[in-house]
Amino acid sequence: MEYFGGIDIGSSTAKLVIVDTAGRIVAKALRRSGIDYGKTAEELRAAVCASAGIDRSAFGRIISTGYGRDNVPWADGKMTEIACHGKGAFFLFRRRMTVIDIGAQDSKVIHLDDTGRRTGFKMNRKCAAGTGAFIEEVAHKLALDRAELNGLAERSTRKVELGSFCTVFAATEVIEKIRAGVAVEDIVRGAFSSVAKRIVEMDAVDGMLVTTGGVVAHNPFLAKMLGEAFSTEAFIAPDAQYMGAFGAALLAGETG
Amino acid sequence: MAETVEPKKFAATKVMKEIMDRYFNRLMGPGSEGKKIAYCTSVGPAELLYALGFEVYFPENYGAMLGSSRTATDMIPLANARGYSPDICSYLTSDIGSYLKGEGPFRKMGFSGPPKADVLVYNTNQCRDVKDWFEFYGREWKVPCVGIHTPRAIGDADEVIIGTVSRQIEALVKPLETVAGERLDMDRFREVITLSRTCTELWNGVLQTAANIPAPLSFFDGTIHMGPAVVLRGTQDAVDYYKVLLPELRKRIAEGVGAVDGEKYRIYWEGMPIWGKLKNLAVQFIELKTAVVASTYCNSWIFEDLDPDKPFEGMARAYTNLFICRDDQWKEEYIRRMIRTFKIDGILYHNAKTCPNNSNSSYSMPQRLQEKTGKPFVIIDGDLNDLRCYSEEQSRTNIEAFIEQLSQ
Repeated sequence: MEYFGGIDIGSSTAKLVIVDTAGRIVAKALRRSGIDYGKTAEELRAAVCASAGIDRSAFGRIISTGYGRDNVPWADGKMTEIACHGKGAFFLFRRRMTVIDIGAQDSKVIHLDDTGRRTGFKMNRKCAAGTGAFIEEVAHKLALDRAELNGLAERSTRKVELGSFCTVFAATEVIEKIRAGVAVEDIVRGAFSSVAKRIVEMDAVDGMLVTTGGVVAHNPFLAKMLGEAFSTEAFIAPDAQYMGAFGAALLAGETG
Repeated sequence: MAETVEPKKFAATKVMKEIMDRYFNRLMGPGSEGKKIAYCTSVGPAELLYALGFEVYFPENYGAMLGSSRTATDMIPLANARGYSPDICSYLTSDIGSYLKGEGPFRKMGFSGPPKADVLVYNTNQCRDVKDWFEFYGREWKVPCVGIHTPRAIGDADEVIIGTVSRQIEALVKPLETVAGERLDMDRFREVITLSRTCTELWNGVLQTAANIPAPLSFFDGTIHMGPAVVLRGTQDAVDYYKVLLPELRKRIAEGVGAVDGEKYRIYWEGMPIWGKLKNLAVQFIELKTAVVASTYCNSWIFEDLDPDKPFEGMARAYTNLFICRDDQWKEEYIRRMIRTFKIDGILYHNAKTCPNNSNSSYSMPQRLQEKTGKPFVIIDGDLNDLRCYSEEQSRTNIEAFIEQLSQ
């Protein structure tokens, strides 16, 4: 059996996915990206080999992606996250779509036609608003664990606006809300709404809306709010956090 | 992983360096004392100033030096602290910051610093910032600051507009004669305009060579070799330089040598250069087998309307028929012509944070042009000089993803 690999070294987490020739995920692993991307990549490779019970020699091609795509010396090639998230999402849904990947440091809007060909894309500006970094900042200000956020937002009963473009100023708004005695679940929902609004400002949605990335994987309520902001249903891709690595693995299979 | 590549060098660069060294020496070197110095904006009335015998200094050229040397971000905060906002022109803030700090690239070249002006002459055809910039020095040195107020967002540059600008240029003669201490010699003025016109034709010839496939020079080369066309237009030195550079480019064409080996894609660069990242960007595009073959920026120093028989009117036309002061419809038509001439596959818009006048991605032009031409675009956020506004990693990914898209 031949396997292909995709490794996505993101700004926060690194993911490795192994697929078979039919594009089925055989093994996957995730680690904090850390400060030594090469070492993290090695650990991921060992983890997927152990999980799938295969030897590293069983790998066909491996494509790297993400911020650390140049730091995987054993990758056979590299592609951007934009190509990989698009590839992975199209493989799963196969129709004209807009893929929105919300990562830790950046967000991307990717347009694909009904053949999977990319027709355009947008990345966020040099700004953390509309990214996972913003959610983390808000969690920090509210002394919450990131894992608590989705449940809190779901329980919110009151609409709260965080209007600032800037993450730092939005965090100041959070402090104002705390001072005003606003319920924490309403503040979290306001933060989710802020992320959705920043993304709506980036670009329009054509066709089906598919969301990917770690932020929606852990906060499905945010994807729901994103859909509402775009007046459409937002689908969360299966294995959303692994979508970049999955797409990279599929591309490895194609170019092998 | 790709090996590190280097942009190809031009033999003519040595000649350019000699010419520029002579120019800087005339302004600041031994024997420069007592010379009359006029500051001029980069698309200001340089021909009139040279004709009146001034040594002409262009602060924007120095701004680009501060950017290229990546020292601008050390200077900008000093100007910010004096009330010059981080949101306004970073040429202005880095230059004024450099003045306040008493440091800069000229010191490293052995000069005491930029020359002191006897008069400052602007044209607001590009922006209001140049006027505010020059007025700082006017107040500082108590010297006259005069200029031309060109209308902006011009659709049809009709006779009313040209007449207004022409009369403003003519009205500068008297105050400039007073500072120069001599009368304007119309024959000399026509000679200077003829030289400037010749420089323009040669510079245009240089840029047009990039219509060839593969392109023998890139936008990044252009930003370096345009120096004489900016600061020495109207002099024999500039003409002489392009007579050296142009044959070298033609030789490259004859030998099939491109600026990018294995050129696959051809890009148009809209907006200012990112001076502190020219080399990095040039290398990234070489690695991506992509030639940035044409730009609004380098083409902005082509002044085909200069006319020695109608010196004032010709200058008015030349300096009003600029991309930067035209309306979006005119700009779209211009870029469409460039797409055809240079066989462009896609457009990169540099959204320069401190130069809204040179950022044309803010009023939906990329979307309109894509619809009309079918050519895709990418927008990168950055700045001419203020690298605090630039994310290298984000831009790298944006550019790489754009070329992936072209290669589908």
